Amino acid sequence: MQLFTRDRTHTSHAHTAHTSCSLARLRIAAFKRIAISSSGFLAICFVATCVLAAPPQFSQVIKGKPITFPRDFGAHPDFRTEWWYVTGWLETPDNKPLGFQITFFRSATEHDRDNPSRFAPSQLIIAHAALTDPAAGKLLHDQKSARSGLGLAYAKEGNTDVKLDGWRMLREEDGRYQTSINANDFTLRFSLTPTQKPMLQGEDGFSRKGPRPEQASYYYSQPQLKVSGSVIRNNKETAVSGIAWLDHEWSTEILDPDADGWDWIGINLDDGSALVAFQIRGRDGTKVWAYAGLRDAHGRFTQFTPEQVKFEPQRMWRSPRTDAEYPVAMRIQTGSTVWVLTPLLDDQELDSRHSIGAVYWEGAVTVTRDGKPAGRGYFEMTGYVKPLRL
Amino acid sequence: MTTRTHGGTLSRWLFLGEWRAHRIQAGTAIVAIALGVALGFAIHLINTAAFNEFSAAARSLSGQADLQVRGPQPTFDESLYPMLAQHTNVELANPVLELDVALPGNSGERKNSTLKILGLDIFRASDMAPDLIGIPAEDKLLDILADDAIFLSPAAMEWLGVKQGDPLQLRVGTQTITLRIAGGLRRARAGQRIGIMDIGAAQWHFHHLGQLSRIELKLVPGIDRAVFTAALGQELELRGQYLVTDTADQEARIANMSRAYRVNLNMLAMVALFTGAFLVFSTQALSVVRRRHQFALLRVLGLTRRQLLKQILFEGAALGSIGSLAGLVLGYLIAATALYYFGGDLGGGFFPGVRPSVHFDPSTTIVFFILGLGITLLGSAAPALEAASATPAPALKSGSEDAAFSKLATPWPAVVCLGAGGMLSQLPPVFDLPVFGYLAVALLLIGGIALMPRLSALVFSAILDAVTRRGHGAMPTLALARLANAPNQASVALGGVLASFTLVVAMAIMVASFRVSVDEWLKHILPADLYVRTAASGDTRGLRPDETKALAATPGIARADFFRSSQLVLDPSRPNVALIARPIDMADPGNTLPMTGDAIDADLLREDATPIWVSEAMVDLYAYTPGRRVTLPVAIPPPDFVVAGVWRDYGRQFGAIQMRLADYQALSGDQKVNDAALWLEAGVTPEEAIASLKRLPFGEALEFSEPAQIRALSLSIFDRSFAVTYLLEGVAIIIGLLGVAASFSAQALARGKEFGMLRHIGVTRRQILGMLAAEGGLLTTLGIVLGFALGWCISLILVFVVNPQSFHWTMRLSLPWSALLSVAAALLLSAALTALASGRHTVSSDVIRSVREDW
Repeated sequence: MQLFTRDRTHTSHAHTAHTSCSLARLRIAAFKRIAISSSGFLAICFVATCVLAAPPQFSQVIKGKPITFPRDFGAHPDFRTEWWYVTGWLETPDNKPLGFQITFFRSATEHDRDNPSRFAPSQLIIAHAALTDPAAGKLLHDQKSARSGLGLAYAKEGNTDVKLDGWRMLREEDGRYQTSINANDFTLRFSLTPTQKPMLQGEDGFSRKGPRPEQASYYYSQPQLKVSGSVIRNNKETAVSGIAWLDHEWSTEILDPDADGWDWIGINLDDGSALVAFQIRGRDGTKVWAYAGLRDAHGRFTQFTPEQVKFEPQRMWRSPRTDAEYPVAMRIQTGSTVWVLTPLLDDQELDSRHSIGAVYWEGAVTVTRDGKPAGRGYFEMTGYVKPLRL
Repeated sequence: MTTRTHGGTLSRWLFLGEWRAHRIQAGTAIVAIALGVALGFAIHLINTAAFNEFSAAARSLSGQADLQVRGPQPTFDESLYPMLAQHTNVELANPVLELDVALPGNSGERKNSTLKILGLDIFRASDMAPDLIGIPAEDKLLDILADDAIFLSPAAMEWLGVKQGDPLQLRVGTQTITLRIAGGLRRARAGQRIGIMDIGAAQWHFHHLGQLSRIELKLVPGIDRAVFTAALGQELELRGQYLVTDTADQEARIANMSRAYRVNLNMLAMVALFTGAFLVFSTQALSVVRRRHQFALLRVLGLTRRQLLKQILFEGAALGSIGSLAGLVLGYLIAATALYYFGGDLGGGFFPGVRPSVHFDPSTTIVFFILGLGITLLGSAAPALEAASATPAPALKSGSEDAAFSKLATPWPAVVCLGAGGMLSQLPPVFDLPVFGYLAVALLLIGGIALMPRLSALVFSAILDAVTRRGHGAMPTLALARLANAPNQASVALGGVLASFTLVVAMAIMVASFRVSVDEWLKHILPADLYVRTAASGDTRGLRPDETKALAATPGIARADFFRSSQLVLDPSRPNVALIARPIDMADPGNTLPMTGDAIDADLLREDATPIWVSEAMVDLYAYTPGRRVTLPVAIPPPDFVVAGVWRDYGRQFGAIQMRLADYQALSGDQKVNDAALWLEAGVTPEEAIASLKRLPFGEALEFSEPAQIRALSLSIFDRSFAVTYLLEGVAIIIGLLGVAASFSAQALARGKEFGMLRHIGVTRRQILGMLAAEGGLLTTLGIVLGFALGWCISLILVFVVNPQSFHWTMRLSLPWSALLSVAAALLLSAALTALASGRHTVSSDVIRSVREDW
């Protein structure tokens, strides 16, 4: 599959985009692309699409519209794309580290909204889960997709309540998230307890993703989530505890047409602070947009402009499967502060070309701040796979 | 070693000598065997290929499912799906809405046809049935979920003459909807015509909101399928009637659907083989008789009985092997050609929409070879035994030929055969198949042929007596004397004619009875002046209540009856039962339905149970006898019904139930109807009525047919489905005639001495030929008369035993006199001519030499 993953949600851009579409209104990204690979699974990623029939009108992300809780914990079906993205570090009783990722995507299709069928695929639910175990030396991952409906899969409005068959994420009354994932090779059952208020990114949750104002999303994070629960592998249950990060983001149009991929990091710092930094890369690897937000333990929030945020690769790792070269060790500068990321494991690439069709690197990293150990985070890199040339 | 070599040499020498001298006889026998084997093999290959392909195609639609859950009606409420999908033992549940959707096209071939469309949830189906996934265009990947997209198999695209990107029009009720052909399928079987679309879009566009056809289940590994099936069945009982089936049930269902048809076709092929076997018997018998002196001499010279027996059986085996091998090759070629040009459907209509290819299967090939060889050996056994047991001294004498057959003249085995045949015909079917009926037919045939010598001796002696007393000419007397006194040889010669004519008569009477009955039935079931529907078939045809009102209120329409037909599954291993709801005259259901006379009195019908009238098949298959109380799954919970009567149905061999439309609508809540029967006011022509109906808002979507058209169409379908039967009858006649030719020429050769003698005493060649023609004619006449009698008896079995047991319908006996008489005349003429032609050769040979042979 000739795909370039494009943003942190595995967005990719189909190079066959219609000129009519790309000229007038660029709607790259924020759209699930569903394709079928040769092995018989669904391939899902984001793509530019042009539909002749009058498509449903999606809401746009507007600056100044405040984020309201608890309503905005729930789904926003009027926007094209939405995700709840949990990443974190775990520790087993024998002090071995593990990394995990649980993501639920909601994607609105252009299926006619007049179709009264309960099977009408107007909203799709897609979920990814991954477990990094340095002892195993690689990433275990699984994914699922379904149309929303009939109580089997949904993303409810009003509160975080997402379900896809046996995979589930629910925010309880007290703010605690319960999540349960029965993947092929592992089962995750976590309770995630917030220790801080939600962290609104950008301008009170209005997060720009490119030079143009409409290239934006609504975005808040739940950093410093306390994890307790269990991991089941090979019918063996291990109690775990740790720290996690949740991102909830929704939008209709995000990416700049020149964007080719992105690097993102969310760090739970040991002193209770939280850092988000990302850069959107252009075709030639240049920075199209960048952002960083640092909130200290007292809730003071510092935002950095694109010019103040710099990503500098320190060490490259080449994937033996995809031949993609990832800067697994990254130096990030926010203002005068220097952060260096070291991966828990080099090989944290999710190669799902034969299943979902997307390839990205998503992994646990340790972080130093100005040379001193400062915390642990999750680092995501997309858009590093070059199309196969036959 | 030496003896063996000599034995081998002798055997070869005898064998080749005989063959060289009588190439035609040997050739005819080989051809007959080959034709029999070829037909049987070809029919078997075609049927197997069609059946396998059909089941494979059906199987491919359910992918790798362990179990299927369906309702007794074509569709059921979708609320079952989330329940099954979340069942602990279910790994994956795949909801399917499968509909045959009518095509509105006007082009000849597509008219009256439907396209099978599967509405699937790609997210579930991609795991369950990955082949059935559409391939969208590179830049339109979301078409797979689009509300207006359909994906077609290559065969469907070819059939409809469309390609990716084209619009596809479909008929839903009186409306036409247009979908966009978004691409092809991952993998579809050759010839399989299917379309795939999103299940939500399919429910919406085809007016099946909330409905599913089936749910396919993949179980969690390690779950016992049988235990789970039983448990789920119990669980589902609380929610209504559901059927949990596995692949084996579906195979059984498909097998049941076409089994009677396939078995009957195979039986027809056996007829050809049987006739062929009889021809081998006559060839071998005559050959043995002809070489009586030769064998006697060999015996005197020291050849043992055993060696002689072996020799004759070896000759038979050689004929059989060559014939069978040729037959296998021919059969394979016929099957391949037929499958290539006509598909697997031999006229029965059981295997539509598949393109099977012939498959070489060594084991069946061997079976058919053994069958051909075995039957030849059987045909050679009697003559071989006779020749081996003959005492050499008398056999050396001239004129003992007829004595050779004296054993065959014992009437008792024949009488036993006939009696047993009569008795077997009274036995019930085995596994829904008229096994004993077919056995009875075979026994009657064998018995009749075996009785032939006795009968012909009796008949011709009587005629000879009469002729001699009146003092007619010498030649007729000679011919009659020969037939009366040497009946055995003659009868052997005629066995083939008798066998083939008997079968032709039997088949012709059966087909004629069937056709006449169907014709009368059609007249009865089509009483209205005009029939209206939105499409010939399919699950999306139908009229809404407002449309039926408009239809009935159209000027010129005196009366409008509406029909609702649907399908019920009463037994998962049997094909669907048709349910027809329509107005029925309670006072006299015979006014509406072609009743068989089996009914309970209308006054006896109690108020608390709704009456239904069932077809004969329902009585045979489900024991729905008049007066019985039954429940039918037309609603939840299933209401009670009482079987009020039995009607005749030639349209649906798997059963049909009729009930009053008002009852059906009250019980089921289903207000849709499919078809309408219209009676016109006096003075209104069908054309005028059609014109005013066409002016209705939905008039363009209506299809009209007059009873005469439906009748003509139905009868042409009938004739097409019997096309193979006609073909086989033709083959039987040809084999029969080959038999006449072979046996007459053999006889004529054997009687060279006799003719020489006659020439010496002053009989002219012309007179001898006349005598031969007379003999041939007389014998054939007797064969035809007997064949007719025997054929009539067999036709009784076919009409009253085989047909009701195979297809569950009864019919009236009718005799196609003109057809039978013309076949008889043709047979008589060709037999006489054959006799003459074969005699001409012998008579023209040297008179002196002929007589000298008589030592």
